[in-house]
Amino acid sequence: MGHVSLKSLNKFYGDLEVIPNLDLEIPEGSFTVLVGPSGCGKSTILRLIAGLEEVTKGEILIDDNDVTYLEPSQREIAMVFQSYALYPHMTVAENIGFGLTLAKLPKSDIRKRVLEAAKILQLEELLERKPKALSGGQRQRVAIGRAITRNPKVFLFDEPLSNLDASLRSQMRVELTELHSQIKATMIYVTHDQVEAMTMADQIVVLSKGNIEQVGNPMELYEFPQTLFVARFIGSPKMNIFQGEVAAKYQCQTLGVRPEHMEISHDGSILKGSIRHIEKLGADTLVYSQISGYDTVTARIIGKLEMNIGDQISLKFSDSHVHRFNDGIRIDS
Amino acid sequence: MPAHKMVGLALRYLLLIWIAMIFIFPILFMFVSSLKPDLQLLMDSSSLRAFLPVGDISFNNYTSAFDRAPIFFFIFNSVMITGITIVCSLFLCSLSAFSFVFLTWKGKGVVFAIILATFIVPFETIAIPLLLIVNNLPWIGLEGFKTSWINSYHVQIIPFIADALTIFLFVQYFRDLPKDLVEASRIDGATWFQVYRRVIMPLSGPIVATAAILKFLMMYNNQLLWPIMVVQEETYRPVMLGLQYFFQLNTQWGEIMAYLTIITIPVLLFYLVLQKAFIASIASTGIKG
Repeated sequence: MGHVSLKSLNKFYGDLEVIPNLDLEIPEGSFTVLVGPSGCGKSTILRLIAGLEEVTKGEILIDDNDVTYLEPSQREIAMVFQSYALYPHMTVAENIGFGLTLAKLPKSDIRKRVLEAAKILQLEELLERKPKALSGGQRQRVAIGRAITRNPKVFLFDEPLSNLDASLRSQMRVELTELHSQIKATMIYVTHDQVEAMTMADQIVVLSKGNIEQVGNPMELYEFPQTLFVARFIGSPKMNIFQGEVAAKYQCQTLGVRPEHMEISHDGSILKGSIRHIEKLGADTLVYSQISGYDTVTARIIGKLEMNIGDQISLKFSDSHVHRFNDGIRIDS
Repeated sequence: MPAHKMVGLALRYLLLIWIAMIFIFPILFMFVSSLKPDLQLLMDSSSLRAFLPVGDISFNNYTSAFDRAPIFFFIFNSVMITGITIVCSLFLCSLSAFSFVFLTWKGKGVVFAIILATFIVPFETIAIPLLLIVNNLPWIGLEGFKTSWINSYHVQIIPFIADALTIFLFVQYFRDLPKDLVEASRIDGATWFQVYRRVIMPLSGPIVATAAILKFLMMYNNQLLWPIMVVQEETYRPVMLGLQYFFQLNTQWGEIMAYLTIITIPVLLFYLVLQKAFIASIASTGIKG
């Protein structure tokens, strides 16, 4: 239940093509995250699946049923919006049960399912409140509750955590992941935050300008980025990118090295420069260095670093940790 | 508070009082004059006494006014015509605004532009063609089949139900409502009419009040030209036509003022009931979560 296929999906806004011929399989029960920079088309794809935008060409299948031209309510999906989209004039209970009320279910059934959802999301105490009397996190839970009660085949999340503060966001990340393992439904989640993608997804789809750059599980994407775009996009701090002399040494146009694979060298290196900035994170330290001939190079050093801004530094990396790219595409060593 | 701020505040209050007086004085003059006999009313009108309940004060003008014209009957007509028009107008205009804002259909922009263009057409220019139309429209009512709408309530209601201003007000308000709410309710399984009735209209209290007040004033105050053209029978006449009873050979200004005072009461009551929502609508620029 809940396998989604997008076949040759195409979307134009007037003359502007935002999704050019996209094929994607979203396995049943997976937590798939669509991630990419602003304007990459990730929200459009979600809205196409939801039926909130009309497909220009192509097909959308849910459990092998063609839903391309069905009304949103007939697709057996539920969506959680970035703005929560709670009905301000209804109580929490009415919000959660609105879909069931429209479906004309008996009141006792509605009450039962609303209470079940409220229990899962710890909203029992808040059922008679109006949305304006709730905090951001509580509103988000109500929005999720509204989705749960409809018992959909597919849950769609459109940047649901971006209005929350950092600590609440990480808490909600955990809660959403737990919810997924609890109800085991297919979830499609859109975000521009690659940390959310890495921490929550079974499958990540990296998008750029409406095209899929790579599909895979988080560690696959992190360890084997197939394109330079994915290499740059996934990982925080970003991967260091070298061209010119350093890349040529590895027979490629562009070379990528993750910050945690950079080391301070004491025996001579071609990567020499001065420290621009230091971030002490406790367990480790991020060192941003200005290396002559390159952009800022970031190194993640375990533990403390007894150096200061402006100090001279030499950096090195091991051959086994390099990512090589020609014309933006990975070349495997 | 520093002296210059005190002076500023005093000046601001003086200005506000002055503006308030401009609005209050005509009503005050009307009410005070309605209590005076004609001779005193005319003598006082050139002095400040015109605004003061002094001299020979009584409710005689009210008694005479009630004797001269079936006032309650006219008020009933006016309130009924206005009330039905408002209810129908709020429903139809909000529904059409909903379609302009939330639905996708071909020619939407052109139709909306045409509706807005009717803003600049004064009613006087369409009154004659409209009269010719309603004169030939059939109607089935309590009295059976008729071949004309002349001399009826509905001839004073139906032509005024849809108007550009009310549609425009609703369109502007709906545009400020979060689109996500509509999309969420569509996913929840609401039909377009359910979205309108259960999501959009419950959030539209302020604009409903504003549109209702404006429509009330528009209908109640302008029931003169059109009723003169289409209503010859007293049974269907609104309050404004009732004024004719007082402008005869011997015009009694005190009675006219009494009549005007009485017919102003429904307007004031209507405004007082809805003023909170009316002000909220003007003051608010959108809905925040």
